[in-house]
Amino acid sequence: MQVSQVKFTFLQSITDALRQEMERNDRIIIMGEDVRIWGGVFGRFKGFKEKFGENRILDTPISEAGFVGVAVGAAATGLRPVVDLMFVDFFGVAADQIFNQAAKMKYMFGGKAKLPLVIITMIGGGLSAAAQHSQCLYSTFAHIPGIKCVVPSTPYDAKGLLTTALRQDDPVVFFEHKFLHSIEGTVPVESYEIPFGKADIKREGKDVTLVGLARTVHQSLEAAASLEKEGISAEVLDPRTIVPLDEDAILNSVKRTGRLVIVDEDYPRCSFATDVAALVADRGFHYLDSPIKTVTALNSPSPFSPVLEEAFLPSTERIIKTVHSAFGR
Amino acid sequence: MLTRMLMIRRFEERVKIEFAATRVKGFVHLYIGEEAVAVGVCSDLRDDDYVTSTHRGHGHCIAKGIEMKSMMAELFGKRTGTCKGKGGSMHISDLTLGMLGANGIVAGGVPHAVGAALSAKYRGTDQVAVAFFSDGALNQGVLHESMNLASIWKLPVIFVLENNQYAESTSITYATSVADPTIRASSYNIPASRIDGMDVMAVNEAASGMIAKARRGEGPSYLVCDTYRYMGHFEGDDQKYRTPQEVEEWKRVDPITRFKNSLIQEGYLSDEKYRETNESILQEIEEAVEYADKSEWPSPDEVMNDIYSSM
Repeated sequence: MQVSQVKFTFLQSITDALRQEMERNDRIIIMGEDVRIWGGVFGRFKGFKEKFGENRILDTPISEAGFVGVAVGAAATGLRPVVDLMFVDFFGVAADQIFNQAAKMKYMFGGKAKLPLVIITMIGGGLSAAAQHSQCLYSTFAHIPGIKCVVPSTPYDAKGLLTTALRQDDPVVFFEHKFLHSIEGTVPVESYEIPFGKADIKREGKDVTLVGLARTVHQSLEAAASLEKEGISAEVLDPRTIVPLDEDAILNSVKRTGRLVIVDEDYPRCSFATDVAALVADRGFHYLDSPIKTVTALNSPSPFSPVLEEAFLPSTERIIKTVHSAFGR
Repeated sequence: MLTRMLMIRRFEERVKIEFAATRVKGFVHLYIGEEAVAVGVCSDLRDDDYVTSTHRGHGHCIAKGIEMKSMMAELFGKRTGTCKGKGGSMHISDLTLGMLGANGIVAGGVPHAVGAALSAKYRGTDQVAVAFFSDGALNQGVLHESMNLASIWKLPVIFVLENNQYAESTSITYATSVADPTIRASSYNIPASRIDGMDVMAVNEAASGMIAKARRGEGPSYLVCDTYRYMGHFEGDDQKYRTPQEVEEWKRVDPITRFKNSLIQEGYLSDEKYRETNESILQEIEEAVEYADKSEWPSPDEVMNDIYSSM
């Protein structure tokens, strides 16, 4: 059967998944700041108010703890709320509702609750948005058992993973890198699911494994293209979800390549990067031909000035340099 | 209502004993003295109405109809408990009875009641939601945010403040900027009343009006119940923040004694019938303890179950 496809930006594919699932399931509602008139700050829900009506598209006051908590209560009682937590940096004001309530309710109640709640939130730097609008923080969420964490890198993955999120019954945080909003990709018109916990190899290689998420997948691909010219064949592995994490795919890749560089835009301490490093040190040490390396944001708040931010963020150049060091160059 | 209040009182008295005997572990916060609030409100709720509770939640659970047997088993940490031994005192819940959980975080459950009310309204039912909280929650931001949201969306929620005078060791007169908490409700344009929370009839009368109003789609209400916890904040509290005389003063207006006496006076109850009721409750609690005691422990390999629905 011919699958019809369309060229979508990352943002369009998110809108598409939401629209298709809202048509399919009338228990899905959207809550957040500025969602009715603007369709969210970057227009993710544009036209939804007209299409689905005001009672499915709820504008909230700037009141994150309140509306995330309301979404938890609504999810526990039969709705499937999608909460737009504009920038991930705002999680702090709603942290109790996310970490102590949503994440733990099912467990605390002995499994007798369902929490089909999706929080969509923007992450990432590169726009000089400074210390409170540039963080990634997915490692912070992944630290807490009970929350699934989705960090897509392409329009195709974004649509499929969001569709899956809207069809399962656990709290999911969907991290959307703002630098990726305008990238384009080919996306099936029909809806489809991508299972959580299934990594995708974005580029095959045999000398070194680069593990990246969201924007760093693209930086890793650029680095791999450049490394190829000097004879280094880099594999780029995108876990796509960090809870659940496809540990086997990472271990298998390192088994093939013998080298690992983790490229992560989150802070370096107690992070996704250190977690993957620990996994491979623990269960794949004997596969390694050289020490595990990481390329991460620096251990500093995100700076404002573009010059400082460039120094702060992972870059293609830093990835290449780090791969060189893994080869002792 | 008398039976329910007595069930709560006797259950809590037994929990106190079992805690002292170390058969009930963890943190235990007893509801003794405040029974009129939970019972006065919940007596007018249906099974499909929603309730959110606090860390002092046993009373709300019993008032909403959760079996004492499975509650006691939960407190003992057994697999037959309401939460399979994973929640304990601060997380007892039963979603089939609309009981959305006790909650270990002060005011943490309040927005869940607003969310349940939003859900009911969206689904087109006439269910209502009650958020129980105490004076300790009065200065938590999420309570204010929840009240504002319930008001702007005109949701069927009743906010029930159990003003038991102390947030742990801190008096409401110290911690809260207004002497009359109903003033807080007026900021959110929510109608409020303040009543004697040691009088179950007064609580019930006020609550039933608010519940009916919410069911008719006329939005949220706020009920302030002045009450008192006889025990410490937790079992083991030295209670240096109050005098034994103060506790005795409040015990003089004990909700169970008052209601019992008025029922006897009006000829609805005899001393004998009261004794019988009390005996049968004690018997039921004895059976609950035996059930909890004899129930199996969870198996250690269950620790990783129930985190996610799917993985």
